[in-house]
Amino acid sequence: MIGNFPYIAVIIFIGLGIYTLMFKRNLIKIAIGICLIENGVNLFLITLGFRKGAVAPIYTLAPSGQSMVLPTPQALTLTSIVIGIATTALILSIAMMIYKHYGTIEVNEVRRLRG
Amino acid sequence: MNLSNHTPILILAVPLLAAFLIPIIGKINKKATGIFATLALGLSLVLTIILAVKILSVGPQIYVFGAKSSLLTLPSGLKFPIRIMFQIDAMGIFMGLITALVSFLGAIYSLAFIDKKDGSDSYYSLLLLLTVSMFGMEFTGDLFNFFVFLEIASMASVSLICYRGTDLGEPVEAGFKYMVVSSIAALMVLFAIGIFYGEYDVLNIAAIASVVKYSQLDKIALGILVSVLAMKAGAVPMHMWTPDAYSEAPAPITMILVAASQASLYAIFRVVFSLYNITLNTLAVGWIIIIFGLLSMFIGVTMAIIQKDINRLMAYHAISQTGYMFLGVGVGLAVLANPTALQRYGITAMEGGIFHIMNHAMYKGLLFLTAGALFFRTGTRNLDKMGGLAHYMKYTTIFFIIGAAAIAGLPPFNGFASKLLIYESVYKFNPLLSIIAMLVSILTLASFVKVFHSAFLGPKLPQFKEVKEVPRSMVFAMAVLSCIIIFFGLFPDLIVKNLVHPAVMSLIEQFKYTSTVLGGM
Repeated sequence: MIGNFPYIAVIIFIGLGIYTLMFKRNLIKIAIGICLIENGVNLFLITLGFRKGAVAPIYTLAPSGQSMVLPTPQALTLTSIVIGIATTALILSIAMMIYKHYGTIEVNEVRRLRG
Repeated sequence: MNLSNHTPILILAVPLLAAFLIPIIGKINKKATGIFATLALGLSLVLTIILAVKILSVGPQIYVFGAKSSLLTLPSGLKFPIRIMFQIDAMGIFMGLITALVSFLGAIYSLAFIDKKDGSDSYYSLLLLLTVSMFGMEFTGDLFNFFVFLEIASMASVSLICYRGTDLGEPVEAGFKYMVVSSIAALMVLFAIGIFYGEYDVLNIAAIASVVKYSQLDKIALGILVSVLAMKAGAVPMHMWTPDAYSEAPAPITMILVAASQASLYAIFRVVFSLYNITLNTLAVGWIIIIFGLLSMFIGVTMAIIQKDINRLMAYHAISQTGYMFLGVGVGLAVLANPTALQRYGITAMEGGIFHIMNHAMYKGLLFLTAGALFFRTGTRNLDKMGGLAHYMKYTTIFFIIGAAAIAGLPPFNGFASKLLIYESVYKFNPLLSIIAMLVSILTLASFVKVFHSAFLGPKLPQFKEVKEVPRSMVFAMAVLSCIIIFFGLFPDLIVKNLVHPAVMSLIEQFKYTSTVLGGM
């Protein structure tokens, strides 16, 4: 049971993120919502690689006969974190440009594109 | 070293290298950046054609990074398909040809279109990155790799949509919307990849396809993948970003964005056909895709009719045309498990849908370029303010007529060829679907007659006295697209037999896709 806690945290993270995206009208909060979803997905990936009682996947140093954790999900998560930083930076810089033009970051006041 | 074995990676490496060289070249000479980008994309186009000839004559190609064979991973002989690889079959190279052609012509068009503004080096860098990411999405045989290219595509395209945002508010707004949509899409794709990895311990598409069981988890992953990729492709319940992004981006970028959306569309087909194939409930999933298609076709065209902004109008038509591709391929998927129906009309429907992808990229690209040409000379996108432009812009008028006739499905242009394939095959599946498709086609014609009338016809207007024909590079890009449209319209058999039919068969025959990688394992 306790092994499933990370998955529950994943669901909470992603759920909160989607809630933020749907119901918050502030551009910065929307960016935070995307970060929450991203953290949830990263946690999901890293949890998949976990093996109980296993050692770090360094082939030369591992004691023989002991199982190792999977290295692939960790590599994936690192890549995804790097991409996430770029995404967040881009979203925040766009929010900054919107603030420069309209003087507000509330979605309701920004909308010029309709129909 | 034999270079011809490395064509797949060179197609990506040349524009990628050029993308990072361009800021340096821009420091020396601003004018040279555009020409350099065009040359890089031209080389990439030539390599794509060489690869296409090879694939269509020899068969699917695999390019493995860091090894000679896709199978061998350890010197001790452990075989496990974990290497990153490009796996290019007829469908992948079909999409690759579209990407190469569209981005090359977009760069040529940009030479005159972007020239006036400063910062053109960042523009060309991003354009090349967008092209690279589209090639990557279409060529890769690895799910995680696909995610990385998807993210590169969204970042490059968002920055390009915001390109005019230094002095305007609307492009930034459209860019924000697209960024949120594509971040969610990419993260959900990553979540689905996590599900696959947790279940099967592999990331290679072919390796997953050989063991996929269609369990409860697989159903969740399928639902996530199809819905978020349909969102990226601009299918109707999730289409809200499409008109904003397409109308606010510079015209050549809009043309490339259409191809980028189609790369997501390709990913849906890849997931449904190559990853799951007949393990899934083909009739149910097929109908879901058909309903996406119907909604896109109908709501897209009805929203287009009421638009006053020429770019928004064309963007809604882009949504509507995407519906045809969903319809054609959805019908093929619905009868996939039924060999007689598949032979009788399923393959034809898919040929229509896949052929329409290429035709749509050509005529929609042409239409967006003509809209860009009008904006370039008149400075407005509002149809009510235009009029009598046929007096001043003769070539643009001719190109617009060709594009409009093609999108409405009039012979002898290419839209007619693919739409006819869809009509007659879908009619055998369900007559009602075919009738709706024809109705949408008529509404499309009606709305383009409106555009033609209000923008080009009428007396000469005094405020457009200074307007003249657009520069040569823009005319050249539009002329090439028009020639392709007419060629495809006159010889559809040639294209369908040599290019489209192999693509369709490579989607349907899943075992060929998996056996190219797994071989005798």
